Amino acid sequence: MTIVVVGAGPAGVNAAVTAARAGKDVLLIDSAARIGGQYHRQSFRAKEIRVAHERVRHLPDTTVWAIEDNRLHLTGSRVVTAEKLILATGAYDRTLPFPGWDLPGVYTAGAAQAMAKGQGIALGRNVIVAGTGPFLLPVASSLLDVGAKVRVFEANSPSHRWLREPTALFAGRRKLLELTRYAKVARHYRERTAVIAAHGDDRVREVTVAELDDNWNPLRQKRIAVDAVCVGYGFVPQLELAIAAGCRLSDGFVAVDEQQRTSVPWIFAAGEITGVGGADLAADEGVIAGAAAAGVQLGLTVDRRFADALTRVYAVKDGWKSWLTDDTIICRCERVTRHRLQEATGRGATATRAVKLASRAGLGPCQGRICGATVADLLDLDPTTFARRPIATPIPLGDLAANPVEEQ
Amino acid sequence: MHVVVVGAGVIGAACAEALSAAGATVTVVDRSGPAAGTTGAGEGNVLVSDKEPGPELELAQAARRQLPELLAKLADELGPELSDVEWQPKGGLVVATTDPRPLRDFAERQRTAGVTAHEITPEQAFELEPNLTREITTAVHYPEDGQVQPVLLATTLLSAVRQRGGRLLSGVTATGATKSALVTDSGTIACDHIVNACGPWAGDFASKLGAPLPVLPRRGLILVTTPVADLVRHKVYDADYVGAVASGDADLQTSTVVESTPAGTVLIGSSRQRVGFDETIQVDVLRELARKAIRLFPRLAGVNVMRAYGGFRPYTPDHLPVVGADPRVPGLWHATGHEGAGIGLAVATGRLLAELMTGQEPHVDPKPFRVDRPGLAA
Repeated sequence: MTIVVVGAGPAGVNAAVTAARAGKDVLLIDSAARIGGQYHRQSFRAKEIRVAHERVRHLPDTTVWAIEDNRLHLTGSRVVTAEKLILATGAYDRTLPFPGWDLPGVYTAGAAQAMAKGQGIALGRNVIVAGTGPFLLPVASSLLDVGAKVRVFEANSPSHRWLREPTALFAGRRKLLELTRYAKVARHYRERTAVIAAHGDDRVREVTVAELDDNWNPLRQKRIAVDAVCVGYGFVPQLELAIAAGCRLSDGFVAVDEQQRTSVPWIFAAGEITGVGGADLAADEGVIAGAAAAGVQLGLTVDRRFADALTRVYAVKDGWKSWLTDDTIICRCERVTRHRLQEATGRGATATRAVKLASRAGLGPCQGRICGATVADLLDLDPTTFARRPIATPIPLGDLAANPVEEQ
Repeated sequence: MHVVVVGAGVIGAACAEALSAAGATVTVVDRSGPAAGTTGAGEGNVLVSDKEPGPELELAQAARRQLPELLAKLADELGPELSDVEWQPKGGLVVATTDPRPLRDFAERQRTAGVTAHEITPEQAFELEPNLTREITTAVHYPEDGQVQPVLLATTLLSAVRQRGGRLLSGVTATGATKSALVTDSGTIACDHIVNACGPWAGDFASKLGAPLPVLPRRGLILVTTPVADLVRHKVYDADYVGAVASGDADLQTSTVVESTPAGTVLIGSSRQRVGFDETIQVDVLRELARKAIRLFPRLAGVNVMRAYGGFRPYTPDHLPVVGADPRVPGLWHATGHEGAGIGLAVATGRLLAELMTGQEPHVDPKPFRVDRPGLAA
């Protein structure tokens, strides 16, 4: 019997190594070819990370597409039985829609970072990074490193807002020092500003940039020329496996105790699916989860004060809804406009399933990963209802039909 | 006359529409909102092909005749957007891969009951469905079979109700009744009649009103692929479909139904299983569906399955719907027990219920659907 860790980012890798050091056999499953997850994927530091423990077996390019009791169904018609399961599935970029966000040349901040750091390619010569959160800074920094002209628009006003979080500031002082790495971004950086529309026929040529009030309602606006826009409004936790396994959620994340135990006794969770807090916190949670799954008490707890303050300082404010027009695309996969979504609610659809089927939002290949949070916000629905995906990732019907092979 | 319909699935919506058309004042209450339960988990089948001659087939034939007429009427009333339900009268193709005789006999019996059922050669079947497996022994084409998008149908019917002055109360849970009112978690609603259209939860609701009803949930699962162009053109079933629908076994049954939707996805159904209200996914069931679908359409093996969804269908011991007044509780009416055929039976069910309530001549024989029939006795 094995401890299975799903996700090889900072949380999963630390969980795997900790459990292995405690004498357990660990299977570390990740959808990417190399370990590191979203955080290290884009970084040259990925080379430095090794899971150098003989008891950890790394299963790359593998996705868990279903959980059935303690049986995990893997892509490639494989199945594995887990004694203990540690979910470290992480989070992905959140984007907000605005008129023109579906034009070529508009990217997620994560995609821009991957191109710049991973391949040394800037997405344009004249790039705007817009959104909210500290992640905008490394993205901008990477783009500057590869020679792009960069402007950063942070929709919140963290420089003022942090002053109301003295405890969290102290708790996160090490993290804040790290931000000095991005000092070169400072003179290209503006707060209370957002890209509220993108313009162009074949691709983005110009954007409308607006000063925002506290609630993100646009004040003064102007149009400026750009080649590319990178948008990041925080992160959405990847919850489908936790939901399929029956783990209790709390405030949109997997609920865990101090030992990273979920409500399902044999399942642990670590990293961004338990609350977005960055790579260091995720790594610490991974250590605790790995130890707890192996039955070892470390006596460690994580300090979530800084992470909790991050969600307050960089909260998404309702004013973004005023950026939309009737024909703004909400769901890119199915090209569902706001008008179509309103038509669905006009028919009386209120429950998530009915809204999806009446509007087709969230029914395309991404299964609501991109638009789920948006639709939930617009219609006041629980965003985690969009993460119910019993089939967590698309698989060929032929693979589903085949007799699965037991992964040892 | 004020009628409260409990349940905003397609059956409740159809009852509410027919009652409001007959002049009643209608309020529809639902604890979650329209099409949030069984209806939202349905394929949208409007079928005559899968039914043995008998009362359910008569109801299905009536509904099949009424649906296009009703949709045309609602298009005038509501306009094109609100009345669009993705109605596709595209026909069904039932194929046998083993002994052709049971399918032939079945089709013959259906023809005597007025169903259009053309037996065609495998070659003709391949013309209709070029990607169909070559290993078929016979096929029957049912031009009357069609498909709607069930959530759109339910919400269109409810839009008509609201347009005519009726009310839709979402997020309101019915908890009981007095002699002259429905009791809910947000207060009482005075009314002359209550319609129990709670689908698989109808037995539970009926018990609260002192009128137990043997309606139980039967789980069904459907697979949805990523969009593919022109792989499947009709509704295509394996000939074993009929046996599964009529059976009461708790064990898993699957029979293949493969069809494409206007969005380009392919729906693969469907399984039937009595597992109570257990929502957990069972990979064995999905695998069985996948295998049988690939057997009909080998090209599906390379197509990605994108999601699976399950729902609970309301079934009764004798597999017939319950439509009509409950003699035990004055003012209580039922419209439930349609199992996996509710989308296709909805409009005739609504009309029948309205006729019975307003004292008009019923357009189909209501006796087989009575709540006090022997088939419902435990």
